[in-house]
Amino acid sequence: MKKKVIQFAGFFALRVCVYLVLAVLLLFLYDIGSKGGGAISWEFLTKAPHRGMTEGGIFPAIMGTFLVTIVTAALAIPLGMFAAIYLNEYAKQTNLTRIIRLCIRNLSGVPSIVYGLFGVILFVNILKFGTSILSAGLTLGLLTLPWTITASEEALKTVPNSYREGALALGATKWQSIRTNVLPYAFPGMLTGTILGLARAAGETAPIMFTGAAFYLPFLPKSLKDQFMALPYHLYIMATQHHDILKVRPLAYGTALVLICFVLGMNMIAVVIRYRLRKKRRG
Amino acid sequence: MNLKPKIETKNLNFYYGQTQALKNVNIICPLNKVTAIIGPSGCGKSTFIRTLNRMNDVIPGARIEGVILLDAENIYSSKVDVVELRRMVGMVFQKPNPFPKSIFDNVAYGLRINGMKDKEKVEDRVEKSLKEAALWDEVKDRLEKNAFALSGGQQQRLCIARALAVEPEVILFDEPCSAIDPIATAKIEDLIQKLKQRYTVVIVTHNMQQAARVSDFTAFMMLGELVEYDQTEKVFTNPSNKLTEDYITGRFG
Repeated sequence: MKKKVIQFAGFFALRVCVYLVLAVLLLFLYDIGSKGGGAISWEFLTKAPHRGMTEGGIFPAIMGTFLVTIVTAALAIPLGMFAAIYLNEYAKQTNLTRIIRLCIRNLSGVPSIVYGLFGVILFVNILKFGTSILSAGLTLGLLTLPWTITASEEALKTVPNSYREGALALGATKWQSIRTNVLPYAFPGMLTGTILGLARAAGETAPIMFTGAAFYLPFLPKSLKDQFMALPYHLYIMATQHHDILKVRPLAYGTALVLICFVLGMNMIAVVIRYRLRKKRRG
Repeated sequence: MNLKPKIETKNLNFYYGQTQALKNVNIICPLNKVTAIIGPSGCGKSTFIRTLNRMNDVIPGARIEGVILLDAENIYSSKVDVVELRRMVGMVFQKPNPFPKSIFDNVAYGLRINGMKDKEKVEDRVEKSLKEAALWDEVKDRLEKNAFALSGGQQQRLCIARALAVEPEVILFDEPCSAIDPIATAKIEDLIQKLKQRYTVVIVTHNMQQAARVSDFTAFMMLGELVEYDQTEKVFTNPSNKLTEDYITGRFG
């Protein structure tokens, strides 16, 4: 009897924890949704802000975040995936690789503001990319890399060793076995992990603050060397730096809602891609 | 007896780091015969068979000493192309390991990675291999179906067909029946009997009846050492070593 009571109490506690997490999440979404929903309109999504950012929309910020995410992806996807393939498939498991792996894990814990400062030094000053989409995107790319590498490595680990051995035993070279018998099965997982990392980066403020995000631009960037507006930075300004914070509060909530939808949208894309690829494979 | 050796090991020692897994093993596997390796778990029989196609190369910390001759040529010589060696010495693993592809693509896999592009040739070879592995009649109408849909025994025969497709000269079986049921096992044993007409077969098994049924020669290993090696009939009816007798009569193992 006592065993059952303990089991019941244990599961009950676990269940309560899940409900608590869900409750906080729902409350949060409800808060943003109810306060920001009113601000969303066609104009809000397609127009630039005007009258000292008390009116108009956030189109430049949406485009800015979109463009900077593309730069981030261009750096983080290939570099992260290739590094993961090397670490998991080729590198010998020595103390050196263990240290490298530990460093990569630790990098994911470095505060994003530190990445921002590093980006200023490397991309803005040394490489002379200026404060630009390029600098900000690359900074976010670096921030994403630890996630991409770790997620990709985990995905590679889920491919059973028997696929690799089976291919080798038939006279495949190591690269043939990886390309034809490992990557196709790891790829959906690698891509999902990468997109989740990108989504996280898209919502970051600190790394882009010094490297390219602008307070206010009435026009869209014309090249990668231009400054840009970004959703998270715009939100930060509307919420804390604006001269009339109370008046623009609905706009700030609207921006938050759009940002959340942007991130959620990317996560949905990840889910859909994974589902499609898995289904195709089974077919 | 006039037997041509296909594989010959000379003073073969094998180490996993500090642990010695094979101790001075000398075996000759004759051409077109079935050689069975028996012995208790951990005796080194799987390690032994995996040295024959250099599958142990990929294990970190593994080290080998001695010589393994395939057609009188040392396969551990630096001149040997491991990839080509593995094509010549095929392997069927303990657990059926079909790839998550169609039945056809599984058998065609080895052909394609070895550069066979002609579609008709590939189709011919797939059909031939599946027939040789006694699976063709069961799968000919669903070649495009995923290999995972097959039963365990069928999957193992598919793996045999896949190994046969690249036209090896030797086929290594590493406990091929330990994960499948008795009826499927009987089919695979029949198959091994037929295969020796064209191939040299080495089979590791922990099932002594299986060794007695399918093999021409039997090696009994214990603790990394080759205890006895002789014609199967002799090993099972009149073993010369006390340890072998104890093992085959079930006194340990």
